[in-house]
Amino acid sequence: MKVDRALLRGFVLALVLASSSVSAQEKVLKFIPQADLRILDPITTTAYITRNHGYMVYDTLFATDAKFRVQPQMVDKWDISKDKLTYTFTLREGLKFHDGQPVRSADCIASLERWAKRDALGQKLAQSTDSWTAVNDKTFKLKLKKPFPLVLDALGKLSSNVPFIMPERIAKTDALQNISDAIGSGPFRFVKDEWIPGSKVVYVKNTEYVPRKEAPSWAAGGKVVKVDRVEWIYIPDSATAAAALNAGEADWWEQLPPDLIPLLRKNKDVRVENIDPLGSMGIMRFNFLQAPFNNQKMREALLYVVDQRDYVLGIAGDEKNGHTCYSFFTCGTPLSSELGAEPLKGKRDFDKARKLIGEAGYKGEKIVIISATDQPIVHSQSLITAELLRKLGLNVELQASDWGTMITRRTSKESVDKGGWSIFHTWWVGADIASPASMVMVNLGEKSWVGWPADPKLEQLRQAWFNTTDAAAGKKASDAVQVEAFKFVPYITTAQFILPTAYRSNLSGLIVAPVTFLWNVEKK
Amino acid sequence: MIVYIIRRLGATFIVMAVVALFVFSLLFLTPGDPAAVIAGDIATADDIKLIRAKLGLDEPFLVQFGGWVWRLLHGDLGTSIFTNLPVTKLIGQRVQPTVSLTLLTLVLAVLIAVPVGVIAAAKAGTRIDRAVMGISVLAFSVPVFVLAYLLISLFSIRLEWLPVQGYRPLSEGLWPWLSHLILPSIALGTVYMALIARITRAAMLDVLSQDYIRTAHAKGLAARAVLARHALKNAGVPIITVIGIGVALLISGAIVTETVFAIPGIGRLTVDAILRRDYPVIQGVILLFSGIYVLINLAVDLSYSLFDPRIRY
Repeated sequence: MKVDRALLRGFVLALVLASSSVSAQEKVLKFIPQADLRILDPITTTAYITRNHGYMVYDTLFATDAKFRVQPQMVDKWDISKDKLTYTFTLREGLKFHDGQPVRSADCIASLERWAKRDALGQKLAQSTDSWTAVNDKTFKLKLKKPFPLVLDALGKLSSNVPFIMPERIAKTDALQNISDAIGSGPFRFVKDEWIPGSKVVYVKNTEYVPRKEAPSWAAGGKVVKVDRVEWIYIPDSATAAAALNAGEADWWEQLPPDLIPLLRKNKDVRVENIDPLGSMGIMRFNFLQAPFNNQKMREALLYVVDQRDYVLGIAGDEKNGHTCYSFFTCGTPLSSELGAEPLKGKRDFDKARKLIGEAGYKGEKIVIISATDQPIVHSQSLITAELLRKLGLNVELQASDWGTMITRRTSKESVDKGGWSIFHTWWVGADIASPASMVMVNLGEKSWVGWPADPKLEQLRQAWFNTTDAAAGKKASDAVQVEAFKFVPYITTAQFILPTAYRSNLSGLIVAPVTFLWNVEKK
Repeated sequence: MIVYIIRRLGATFIVMAVVALFVFSLLFLTPGDPAAVIAGDIATADDIKLIRAKLGLDEPFLVQFGGWVWRLLHGDLGTSIFTNLPVTKLIGQRVQPTVSLTLLTLVLAVLIAVPVGVIAAAKAGTRIDRAVMGISVLAFSVPVFVLAYLLISLFSIRLEWLPVQGYRPLSEGLWPWLSHLILPSIALGTVYMALIARITRAAMLDVLSQDYIRTAHAKGLAARAVLARHALKNAGVPIITVIGIGVALLISGAIVTETVFAIPGIGRLTVDAILRRDYPVIQGVILLFSGIYVLINLAVDLSYSLFDPRIRY
């Protein structure tokens, strides 16, 4: 018996010694991201998690601030020729990649050329570009074939795809092929050896990084890192993520589902806040190639019955986390407007909708709504829409699958009986649809985003907006885009919502912005 | 015996080849496209088409299958379409957590369930027996994730004894490793324990009614010795079979447990790969699983001869 006790004592002692050997000397920020980082390349994918990773690792030439102004970031000074055809950029001092190499003009040019092959706004810029040339290692020039007033807006684009600057050798990778090395010149270094896809991503402070002097404001200003190490811990189960935050195993949970807000609010050491001023917009997208939504009157009919308040509650669970937004451009941004929005904004009118459906000649064709049950924001909208269409007496079928299946299926241009679709829902962050620039949901037919609408007038008005040179003219042009959009109905915005963030009370300095930034965050 | 083992190992390769063909065909027919997942929500159909072509996903079935088999024969399981990391590295990163979880669960389950089953059989018809059987029915009926949440709520949130989630490798110390595995092992092992306890009880009851047990008692052997040396050894074959089948259950159960406790194991790797259609990873993991299943079955079959000398190969 004595031997047993001695053994037990030894075992307990061994456990204690073993546990005491793990002591964190450095400040580690443990962050639960919105999704698993699986692609390192912020150019091949538009996934927001990869965009956020991009902001950790890379830097940008320009950046958008909280007043929607484009500010220099890597650029020290720049000059625009009088004919507005030549832009000259000079990089600031001290910019270095994580492999120790200085950031050169050649790196910037290669990065921007790659980005312009994939990004919608980048492609617009590329259409106007004559050449990019390096004057020397610090200075380079953009020569345009025709004036493009949005050059700086493009280079300071806030959301996917962001024109991040990479080393030339990496930026030379085919724009359709994922890069494997995340070497940037940003405020954090990616620790590839510790990356466990599906579980953990590790970044350490880039001690060589020279932040700007200005205060941080969205993606602009000084990116001062106040922790030594950041660990993204991906926890797929939201109840476990909540428990981890409650227990102090994580410091910050980027986006929490609405049903867990009351649970976390009970903990005095946890703060639940909305730090995204723009939130996201729910989208109802139609298939323009197939009946019945190839008929404008059918789409218009839905404008009269979609009640955004239902969608706000369905997605956000609480009116505090969302609101109606009767604009094609994110509410709260300079171009948002309610012009032409009366059918969506006014009293819900089922009689009017039924009349329009009758005029459209609807003969009971099957309407297939495709949905993804693993995406609550998508599925909650789909359920509401299915119910709405049934109420209108339409022949509707909700076909649910997983996200991977849904986003493949929606590329099908076939009729519903051959695996096609009629409606799907998704959501875009507010920054992505704040202007006609990134409005890839319109465009001309085949080139458009899935759904393939073709409204030459809308595209013409959008092009006119691209050509405007001042804010007032830009607003007028975007208003015209909006009015036409409400007539043509390329999609319907269903709600503007914010998924709150939750963090331990020992954190401070979180940047209020439409993208989650991890610089400036202090842990006490 | 050796000839038998060689024959069974030979059969393993055939089984794995069939599995490989089946899995590849299934994935080819399954809806979903990694190119669409890579491109993201904002991509156009043209973007997706270009990415498909770049990844070679638009090649005919035989070309893709032939290429995969060729690389497989050269020991190359391929590269993840998403992370660009070799499948062997991804599996390598995940082996330790899953093996740790499975082994700990197995040890815990056998150490608890076999004695409990033996006691229940020895005390058949008593309150102890009824209690053991009642608890085992309950344990068998509670879903793993429900039990997991209850355990987290009690031991991690309320009592703050154990961590909520995650995994620490053994190299970081015994306690960090063990502390992260205790709750997952209990959650995962409860069903397994119930199964083993019930089978042990049934097998023991069968053996305890045999004449030689009565003889052993008549010889004056202590009840404990009769149970441990005479009865348990002879009840071993069905118990070992259930333990072997149970390992397969554990691996599938580990998928849920690893998700709830955020353990970066093979189970979660599989689910993540399926959801994003990361074909090389799915193929690699399923091949690995099929190999493990076949080997476990072989080990179980071979162990029969240890318990029953009449069984010869």
